[in-house]
Amino acid sequence: MSEFMDIITASNLTYGQKLIHLAQAAENAEHPIPTTPEYDWFFERDAICDMHEGNAPYRPRYICCDMERFARQGSDFLRLDAPDNLDDLLMNLQILYQNVPSVTGRPVYVGQLDRVFDPFLDGLSDEEILPKFKRFLNYIDRTVASGYCHANLGPEDTRAGRLLLQADAEVQNAVPNFTLKYDPEVTPDDFARLALKTSMACANPAYANDRLLRDTYPLAANGPKDAYTVVSCYNVLPVRGGAYCLDRVKLSQLADLATSVDHFMNELLPNATGALLEYMDARIKFLVEDSNFFQTSFLVREGLIERERFVGMFGMIGMHECIEKLMGPGHVYGTDPEANDLADEIMTKMCEQVLAWDAPYSEAGGGKYMMHAQAGFGDQMSSTPGVRIRVGSEPEVFWDHIRHCARMHRFFTAGVSDIFPVEPTAANNLDALLDVVKGAFAVDDKYLSFYPSDSDLVRITGFLVKRSEMEKFARGEAVLADTSHDGEGNWRANDLADRKVRLG
Amino acid sequence: MELTAPVNKIIPFSLVDGPGSRCSVFLQGCNIACAYCHNPETQNLCLGCGLCVDQCPAGALSRRDGHVRWDKDACVQCDTCIHVCPHKASPKIERLTPDEVFEIVHSYQPFIRGITVSGGECMLHPEWMRALFALCRKAGLGTLIDSNGCVPFTQHDELLDVTDGVMLDVKAWDDEVFRHLTGHGNDTVKENLAHLARRDKIEELRIVVVPGWNDPEATIMGIADVLGDKVRTTTLKLIKFRHFGVVGELAGSPSPSDEHMAELEGLARTSGFEDVQIR
Repeated sequence: MSEFMDIITASNLTYGQKLIHLAQAAENAEHPIPTTPEYDWFFERDAICDMHEGNAPYRPRYICCDMERFARQGSDFLRLDAPDNLDDLLMNLQILYQNVPSVTGRPVYVGQLDRVFDPFLDGLSDEEILPKFKRFLNYIDRTVASGYCHANLGPEDTRAGRLLLQADAEVQNAVPNFTLKYDPEVTPDDFARLALKTSMACANPAYANDRLLRDTYPLAANGPKDAYTVVSCYNVLPVRGGAYCLDRVKLSQLADLATSVDHFMNELLPNATGALLEYMDARIKFLVEDSNFFQTSFLVREGLIERERFVGMFGMIGMHECIEKLMGPGHVYGTDPEANDLADEIMTKMCEQVLAWDAPYSEAGGGKYMMHAQAGFGDQMSSTPGVRIRVGSEPEVFWDHIRHCARMHRFFTAGVSDIFPVEPTAANNLDALLDVVKGAFAVDDKYLSFYPSDSDLVRITGFLVKRSEMEKFARGEAVLADTSHDGEGNWRANDLADRKVRLG
Repeated sequence: MELTAPVNKIIPFSLVDGPGSRCSVFLQGCNIACAYCHNPETQNLCLGCGLCVDQCPAGALSRRDGHVRWDKDACVQCDTCIHVCPHKASPKIERLTPDEVFEIVHSYQPFIRGITVSGGECMLHPEWMRALFALCRKAGLGTLIDSNGCVPFTQHDELLDVTDGVMLDVKAWDDEVFRHLTGHGNDTVKENLAHLARRDKIEELRIVVVPGWNDPEATIMGIADVLGDKVRTTTLKLIKFRHFGVVGELAGSPSPSDEHMAELEGLARTSGFEDVQIR
């Protein structure tokens, strides 16, 4: 059977999922982006990877609309008046979401919801608002149905933020993910404790170090008070913009090609990095110059996105295995000082090369590509996400683990993250969790997330799935959220159930 | 001689030894012997009998000059030595100075807000704790004592000056009941309760409820009487006895029922406690 017929006749895909797969297969029948022999050589050896973004990009990978602007102005194209009450706002947003594409075909960003909602709550009681928020969250979960979808909160304490946390704990959904932008100077402890209580109830929100991230991009003219937002598996991107693409060097596979550390450092690493940079240039030029997306999208016309606020993400994955292959079994990444120093050297070298490269159409990135610690998606055998320490090799003491994370986080501007399952009883001592977040951010950790080790909602690479849904898919049944497909393979391939439980 | 204390272990993170994220330091040796002790191996100091030496599968123990030596690096933490010890002791003890312990806990900053010293009975080492706490305070770390209250705090006001609070275990109220449970009288516990309340140094009070072994009703009312007005602002934890780790008569004993715990909570609230937690 052809690839198309395999999709058409599949028994474990929903109608919507088949439609997406068929569209991907059709896109991949075209090959408009030129590649260099060097790129092809590394690509065939799986040392660089295009993230299955599709051969002919006709929409950016991630779009982060200025939802606050949308809430103020409505939309000519969608024939929506500016809302003057919460019900109209929620309906307008639901309609907009159906019209925001991404690499998954569905929105990866639904807004900095506390700021979007807060101006619309006057005159409504909490009892009136909560059911509306819960319906809205369920709408996103059941229609977007992709764990890469993301909402943001904070760092300020708002009534809308509090009610959203309460609603999220009650609905127990995998979609959307929430990130709390946290700054101890701005976020009151009381609000942070409510967020942590929510994380212990439904694995959301995760925590972004606002102090370190807020200056990543220039502010949008007359735009939101933050220039950045966090979407998908913790990509830090310009709001009113987004990411053209995310491509990656698979260090784990690149190390297989090395005859020595010198060969790796002086030939393979610069050559693979250079080949990927050239490929990203070509990809972005096709999207901007040929696909007509930015020329025709109403999102651009109505000021919800600006082409100048898109960036390309240069990703990497598999540091743990890379170090293992280069140094041998005696040097375990994460705990061995020499292993950690080599990882540092690799990242320093890669970043220097990426930052020396003039990226096309990257105004918001200062003319450069942004570094991202890519966390994987599907099966992902033998490649630990980004610069994370492999499951089973975590340092004994949690504090050593976090210090290692913080050391490696400094290389990444467009997202890097860690995931920690914690003792369920930590819910009884939220101050302890708050101390962990404060301590981590004080040592310049950029992003972390928790989930209780006995939770049905679990994090895979960053995205959230329900264990019970993965089990269903593993039995051959169709499930609504296709991130359960990615999650199921990844969960098993990377022994994610064996992540070291912290705070025990 | 340099001031040292026998350290059983230092836990970099504890959820249950006071507010927030804390490092817990456990000292070896206790002055009483509770029937429900959950860490019986911390009760006594090693006598040097050497019974454990031959049993160690890792060869981490040796006997020299009448003492058992422990090779920390060779140890595989199987706890065989603890299981074979007839004296409720452990050979895996390090004698550390306040400076040495401070260096360890300081390395856990900024992830912890303070330390809690526990035991055994840590009040057997008040001067050592005072030195450690002074160092912690200077570094911005909080300081808590977890005690059975059988050493008089009235004689250690200078220690209390550098202590944020005491987590006091009030095991029973009637002296006979207390004696049966611990082998020791409880006059000092009651004096400490009053003294610590006067000095506003009670972090929390605990009662472990052991059916048939103690008198939690009398204890709740007795404490309330001693505390007077301060009962409203004092945290009381009512802890269900659980047999894990317990050896001797109470090994395998049942836990109190949820109904009984709820009744006790009700009694505590009518006695004036506003912060009552069941664990």
